[in-house]
Amino acid sequence: MPELQSGELLRAEHLTRHFKIGGALARATLHAVDDVNFAIGQREIVALAGESGSGKSTIARLLARVYKPTAGKIAYEGRPLSSIRSRGDRLRYSGQVPMVFQDPFASMNPVFRVSHGVMRNLKLHRPELSAKQRDDEAARVFEVVGLGADMLQRYPYELSGGQRQRVGFAQALVTRPKLILADEPVSMLDVSIRIGLLNLMAKLRDEEGVSILYITHDIASARYVADRLIVMYAGQIAESGPIEEVLSAPRHPYTQLLLSAVPDPRAPLNVEAETDRGEPPKVIDPTPGCRFRWRCPLAIEVCEHVDPVLEDLAGGPGGAPPGSGKQSHAAACHVAQSGAEVKAFSA
Amino acid sequence: MSNPPVPERVLGVSGLSVEYVLDRGSVRAVDDVSFAVGNGEFLGIVGESGCGKSTLLFAIAHLLAPPALVTAGSVSFAGMNLVTMTDKQLSAIRWRDVSVVMQSAMNALNPVKSIGAQFADVLRAHGKPSRADIRSRSAEVLRMVGIDPAHLRSYPHQLSGGMRQRAMIAMAMLFTPELVIMDEPTSALDVVAQRSLMVQIKELQEQYGFAVIFVTHDMSLVSHFSDRLMVMYAGQVSELGPTRAVFDAPRHPYTQGLLEAFPSIRGPRVPLKGIPGSPPNLAVIPNGCRFHPRCPQVMDRCKEQVPELYDVNGTLVRCLLYDDRPVRTGAAEARTAEKATADKSVADA
Repeated sequence: MPELQSGELLRAEHLTRHFKIGGALARATLHAVDDVNFAIGQREIVALAGESGSGKSTIARLLARVYKPTAGKIAYEGRPLSSIRSRGDRLRYSGQVPMVFQDPFASMNPVFRVSHGVMRNLKLHRPELSAKQRDDEAARVFEVVGLGADMLQRYPYELSGGQRQRVGFAQALVTRPKLILADEPVSMLDVSIRIGLLNLMAKLRDEEGVSILYITHDIASARYVADRLIVMYAGQIAESGPIEEVLSAPRHPYTQLLLSAVPDPRAPLNVEAETDRGEPPKVIDPTPGCRFRWRCPLAIEVCEHVDPVLEDLAGGPGGAPPGSGKQSHAAACHVAQSGAEVKAFSA
Repeated sequence: MSNPPVPERVLGVSGLSVEYVLDRGSVRAVDDVSFAVGNGEFLGIVGESGCGKSTLLFAIAHLLAPPALVTAGSVSFAGMNLVTMTDKQLSAIRWRDVSVVMQSAMNALNPVKSIGAQFADVLRAHGKPSRADIRSRSAEVLRMVGIDPAHLRSYPHQLSGGMRQRAMIAMAMLFTPELVIMDEPTSALDVVAQRSLMVQIKELQEQYGFAVIFVTHDMSLVSHFSDRLMVMYAGQVSELGPTRAVFDAPRHPYTQGLLEAFPSIRGPRVPLKGIPGSPPNLAVIPNGCRFHPRCPQVMDRCKEQVPELYDVNGTLVRCLLYDDRPVRTGAAEARTAEKATADKSVADA
C-alpha cells in the first residue's frame, strides 16, 4: 500500500490509464496516462498544465473515480481508492474531492434555481443538517464565493459566466472538501473575469484550507495562483516543481517550448518557436523512447530508445514524486539529467 | 487591373449599427461603429464576450441572419456598399475578394466531404477551372500553409485541430483575396499551435499583401501581429489606435484594466486587479458612459454625459478624461486610417 507522508493529501503512484480504440481488426491502445507519479499536499494549489491530449483531464477523471486506472494506485489520506466499496465511502470521497467543470453553461441544469445543486449536495453529503441549517450553510457558502445569498434564488440564465463558475465552486464547497479538482475552470471566461476566479481559488486555499488541482493550458494564470506546477506531455510528466523555479529555469525542452509560445504584450516578439507546428503527439501503441524526441532540437541517441524517467534534478532518488514534503524540481529528460545545459527554446 | 492611387483603403465601415429585433424590444449589439482598413493592414478587434465584436464581423461579411438587422451605416468595399448588396452580387465577391475564416473549423468544414472536394467547390463557384487547375491550385494553397497536399484526400476528422484551421486558411487563400476576415481562428488551439498559426498568418499576409481583420478576446495574442487595434466595449469602439501605442500607453480605463488583467509569465509576480463587475447586458445599457459602473476613474459627469471619441495623439478614445481633445466622427476616423496607411507606405518607401 502506498505510504502516506506528512502533509500529503493524495498520492498517485505509477498511475496509468489506457483506452482501447479501433475495431476488432485494428485493435490499438491509446496511452492517455502512462506511469505518472505525483502527490498533492494540504493547503496547496497544484497546476497541471499541458496541451490538449496530454492526459490532464484523464488524470482529473481518474482522481474523481470516473475512470478506473489500468495500472497504478491512487491513495487518498493513506487509503487506496480501490478499497472504496460502500456507498458511504463513495459519498465521503466524492464530498471531500469534488470537481468543478470547465463549461459553466453546460454544467448547470437550466430549469432549476442555482440553489438546487447546492441544496442537493447538502442533503446528500450532510444529512445531519436541518432545513434551516442547510439554508444558512448555502447562504454562507455563497458569501464565501462572493455571490451574496440573494443569488441563490436566481436561475442559471440570469447569471454571467463568472457568476456561474462561482456557483460551481459553491457547490463543491458545501460538502466540506479537502481537494477540489478544477478542470479548466476559467478558460471559458473573459479575461477581466478570470482574475476574480483565480483570486477566489487562492482565498479558498488560504482561508478554507482547501487544496486545488488546477488543470489548465494557461501557464500564466497558473503562475498567478499555484504553488507547484506539473507539466504533462503525451500522457507523462515532463517536468514538475515549485512553480517559480520551473518557470524561471525550465529544464525540459517541452516546458521551454510552452513558455516561449505564451503571448506577452510586454515582451518583444519571439519567433524562434515558429518552426514547431504544435502538433500534439498521438500516443497509440508507443514504442520506447522519449515521446518529445520528434519535436526536440536536442534529441540525442539515447532518446530514441530509452524512456526518460522523472528524476529530481538535484540528484535525488529516481522518480521521487515531488511535493512529498520536500519541494523538488524534477524533469524527465535525458539531456537535463546528464547535467548538460538545456536550451532548446528561449522564452 | 487598374492601379488605384495610394493611399488605398480596402474597407470602410461608417456609422454601422446592428440590432437584434426581439418581441420584447430590440437590442443594439453594434452601435455606430466606424473604422477603415487600409490596403494590406492587419486590424485587431478585441473585446469581451457580448461586446458585439462577432456581430460586427458578421455584419461586415453580410452573414447576419434574423433577428439581427443592420439598422444604420454602410460598409464600403471596393466602391460597393456591402450592406445593400443582393446575395447574387455578394456571391461574386465572396471567396474571391473577401473570405472569412470562422472560429471553429470543425463546424465550418463539411465533415462528409474531403478537403480537396471542398476546395474544388470554392474554385468552381468562380469560373470553370479544369481538373488539373483545381488540383494544382489546391495543392499550392495547402503547401502555403504547410500541409502536405496528400491531405486533399483527407476528411476533416482525420486532421488535427491546428491542421483544420490551417486548411480553412488555405481555403480562404484560394483566390488571393484582398481582405480576410478572421473570427477567433486560434481560440480552439493550444498556445504552441496558436503561436505557430499567428506567425504563419502574418507571413502569408506580408507575402500576398491582403488585409486582415482579426477578432479575438485575447488581446495579448495580437499584440505582435496587428498594425492597429480596436477595443470594443458594449457595442461601441472604446479605443482605436496603433497597436503599440495602445499597449504601451492605454488611454481608456477599460483598456488599462484589460491589460492589467493579464498574468505574465515573465518578470516579477505582481498582484492583478482585473475589472470589477461584468459587461453590461445590452438590453439595459447604463446612462452616460457605458463603462462607468465598472470604471475605477469614474467621475460624476460620466453618469450622465455620453463620451464621444476623442483624438489623443492619433489614438481615438471614448472617455471623458480626454474631452478637451478634438472629437472625431466616423468619417474622420476613416480618413485617419487612410492617413496612417499613407504614412506607413511613405515610411516603407
